[in-house]
Amino acid sequence: MIVVVGAGPAGIAAALAVQECGKAVTVVDENPSAGGQIWRGDPTHRWVARFRAFNIPLISGVRVVWGYPAARTLVLEDAVGARRLAYDKLVVAVGSPEIFLPFPGWTLPGVFGAGGLQALVKSGLPVRGKNVVVAGTGPLLLAVAASLRKKGANIRLIAEQTPAALLWPFAKQLSGRASKLLQGIGLAWDLAGIPYAPASWVTAAQGDGRLQRIVLNRRGTLVTEDCDYLAVGFGLRPATELAAIMAGPDTIVAGTGDADLSLLEGRIAGYTAAGDLEKARGLEPERDQARTFAASIDRTFAVRDELRQLADSGTIICRCEDVPLGRLEGKTCFRDAKLHTRCGMGACQGRVCGPALEFLFGWHGASPRPPIFPARVGSLLSEG
Amino acid sequence: MPEIRVDGMLVNAAEGVSLAVALLSAGRTRFRTSLSGEPRAAVCGMGVCMECRVTIDGQPHRLACQVQVREGIEVRT
Amino acid sequence: MFDAIHSFDVILVGAGIVGAACARELADSGLKVAVCHDSDTVGAGATAAGMGHIAVMDDSDAQFALTNYSQSLWWELAGTLPPEAEFAGCGSLWVAADDEEMAEVHRKSEYYSARGVAVDVLDSGGVAKAEPNLRRGLAGGLRLPADAVSYAPAVARKLLTGIQLLRGRVVSATSDGIEFASGESYFAGAVVLATGADLPRLAPELPVRPRKGHLLITDRYPGYLNHQIIELGYLKSAHSEDADSVAFNVQPRVTGQLLIGSSRQLGVDHADIDHAILRRMLARAVEYMPGLASLNGIRAWTGFRASTPDNLPLIGLRPGHRSLYVASGHEGLGISTSLGTAKLLADAMLGRPSAIPREPYDPSRSFNHHA
Ligand SMILES: Cc1cc2nc3c(=O)[nH]c(=O)nc-3n(C[C@H](O)[C@H](O)[C@H](O)COP(=O)(O)OP(=O)(O)OC[C@H]3O[C@@H](n4cnc5c(N)ncnc54)[C@H](O)[C@@H]3O)c2cc1C
Ligand SMILES: Cc1cc2nc3c(=O)[nH]c(=O)nc-3n(C[C@H](O)[C@H](O)[C@H](O)COP(=O)(O)OP(=O)(O)OC[C@H]3O[C@@H](n4cnc5c(N)ncnc54)[C@H](O)[C@@H]3O)c2cc1C
Ligand code: FES
Repeated sequence: MIVVVGAGPAGIAAALAVQECGKAVTVVDENPSAGGQIWRGDPTHRWVARFRAFNIPLISGVRVVWGYPAARTLVLEDAVGARRLAYDKLVVAVGSPEIFLPFPGWTLPGVFGAGGLQALVKSGLPVRGKNVVVAGTGPLLLAVAASLRKKGANIRLIAEQTPAALLWPFAKQLSGRASKLLQGIGLAWDLAGIPYAPASWVTAAQGDGRLQRIVLNRRGTLVTEDCDYLAVGFGLRPATELAAIMAGPDTIVAGTGDADLSLLEGRIAGYTAAGDLEKARGLEPERDQARTFAASIDRTFAVRDELRQLADSGTIICRCEDVPLGRLEGKTCFRDAKLHTRCGMGACQGRVCGPALEFLFGWHGASPRPPIFPARVGSLLSEG
Repeated sequence: MPEIRVDGMLVNAAEGVSLAVALLSAGRTRFRTSLSGEPRAAVCGMGVCMECRVTIDGQPHRLACQVQVREGIEVRT
Repeated sequence: MFDAIHSFDVILVGAGIVGAACARELADSGLKVAVCHDSDTVGAGATAAGMGHIAVMDDSDAQFALTNYSQSLWWELAGTLPPEAEFAGCGSLWVAADDEEMAEVHRKSEYYSARGVAVDVLDSGGVAKAEPNLRRGLAGGLRLPADAVSYAPAVARKLLTGIQLLRGRVVSATSDGIEFASGESYFAGAVVLATGADLPRLAPELPVRPRKGHLLITDRYPGYLNHQIIELGYLKSAHSEDADSVAFNVQPRVTGQLLIGSSRQLGVDHADIDHAILRRMLARAVEYMPGLASLNGIRAWTGFRASTPDNLPLIGLRPGHRSLYVASGHEGLGISTSLGTAKLLADAMLGRPSAIPREPYDPSRSFNHHA
């Protein structure tokens, strides 16, 4: 049997491709239903509906916490128990968590990831009447602002750190493409009335026990903005832990990107897993084009150097272990910091501080070790 | 509407939402207390940041964003 | 052959807890010391992998002498350690599952008491009271209140304060100095090999073999555990020469985390997690402490102990050499015995008398009857 981990665009496309080849497939996802980050809570979306129409088995609400590549077995954990799942081929389609970068006050309750707040809202968090600032970088900010506004949020401002001089050529380049992204950017016009501030970023979040206001560098001028929630994200980075731990001849990693690219990557991974390499190869030119496009987005929205200066010596860098920037002074690499300050040693295992340290110091993150996510000791003993 | 207990107080949660959503909806902003005593709440909404860890029915370090509310659960923050 | 201008009284190869302790002792004795290492930070070898249990052990009189001496040195050092060293005098609790193991508790109790080490013998109820999360019905246990735990990489760093570090892989070490893979060389009046389980690379004739171990650390559960707990069956595990073995061994960290061990495997040289043995190890731990099953593990890793045929370290002159010394072979006790090792080594190098006899650890001793 082919097991696909992840029921986002890549996982759905992979499963459908396997299905098309007439092979048995099962999908595993930690969310209650299929859709991934982008289509969660949207069962009517075309791809989600197709996935459901084919009755592809979905084991939902469980997390892959461990795996034994040599034995081709995954360990799945849910709220109460654990079980093992054997596979012949494994497709890893676990997508990309957001990149968070530290600034004073970023640990205050009320400061969310941009995708993070969107995910919470999609799964039912009411935001009607809340004052929300959306900030950071990338096309995702627009999609987030649009979906929050649809739920009644009062979007005070979208602060995009990229300067206008880079944004407009990019937007023009887009207008020829019928992509999801174009729709995302197109939303900008739906968002009429919301101030969209290029070359602007949050320099501090403030409040007493929770977020009350932010300080914004708006094209060089510091301004204060009251708000209830800040949704701030600096793009996505592929989750590599499962792929690294399960690496082997029977593991196929589906690449990830925007929904279009992920769908392509997923289909290629699915055909590969099912053994139809010809079909997989046939999609590669289209995929390469999508990758090139994705890379150009990444370049456009590259985080600017000024943001390296935001954190001060007291700003927490490692949120799990409360390691402030000042304690990292004189450390030479991630491992030096880890062994001598506990930075990256906590429950998230460097998932949050890793990309931040890469941005701040050019350090490369911790080597992944099992478990893939924190897992109950008993889950590792499960026989079933 | 499931009724849950948060630090001893009754909270009504919407049907089918995650515990993180239930806590935030009820205006709770301290999910956990960090090592240096700061209040922390959900950030990523997808089980990655570990900031939403709460104690559920006596089990510490459960991810509120990954758990669906169930009638009668006891949550400590 | 050494064309470098740099020179030192002593160059130590290895910046683990053993190399660091030796360097500190030699520097404090007035020598000009340098330490070389090939990791990305100090204390990164077995020192970053080991549990950091500082224990007095009684497998042999020589092991007792060195662990006991070292432990007194640890307590002297404790007051000067920074918080990152996570030093805590939590004590050890050896648990006996049955009457046979209880007999061992009494034997140990007599052994330690006769040598002035404080111990308490606990009965079944006493063990349950000392550690409520242990399974009921254990026969009893032996508590050693002076045992402690620490985080060794931070201790190594502290001990190396002010000592010159040289980064690089040492490819040759002689009585006169060392040479790095880069070709750069340094002169020294004496050289010490403190390369842990990597010793055979520089001194292939010495009988050190890597013995792999697994550990798993949990999230924070403050108050779950009071002592480092070890099953008495551990001794069988620690001594088995060839078979893979596991034993229940769990430690409370200052952070509130629990560090769960331990396994032993000879003849394995890759650092990957071996799932089968890790599962056996965790199953053993859950057998003794059922509640562990519901706690979150956050990271598992492996490390290599430098084992010797007689389970005693190699401290002193490398056989057949002058001014070229060895401090390795500490198996699962190198953190415990690092401070005593440093004293004995410095004594040997400087011709000083030692607090305990040095002969049992002499690298030129005979291993024949253990082979
Ligand atoms: C008492 C104690 C408590 C601890 N508590 C925690 C804790 O709370 N949280 C935690 O996360 N850890 C903890 N650790 C473990 C520690 O972080 C490391 O996991 C430990 O040092 C073991 O290392 P590792 O095998 O995980 O590898 P790492 O420390 O990650 O180091 C691996 C090394 O190998 C190198 N490497 C990786 N892949 C390759 C390759 N393919 N080729 C060549 N080189 C490679 C890396 O660059 C790195 O230098 C603790 C350790 C101890 C001793
Ligand atoms: C799973 C496990 C659990 C353990 N538990 C405990 C415990 O509870 N209590 C206890 O006392 N001990 C314990 N130990 C043992 C303890 O960790 C070791 O004995 C101790 O850390 C050895 O320290 P070291 O300085 O000799 O070696 P290491 O820490 O391995 O240091 C070796 C150093 O040598 C350097 N090096 C090696 N070769 C070269 C070269 N060619 N050139 C340059 N540099 C080189 C490395 O960079 C490193 O700096 C445990 C070990 C393991 C694996
Ligand atoms: S909100 Fe990040 S893990 Fe739950």
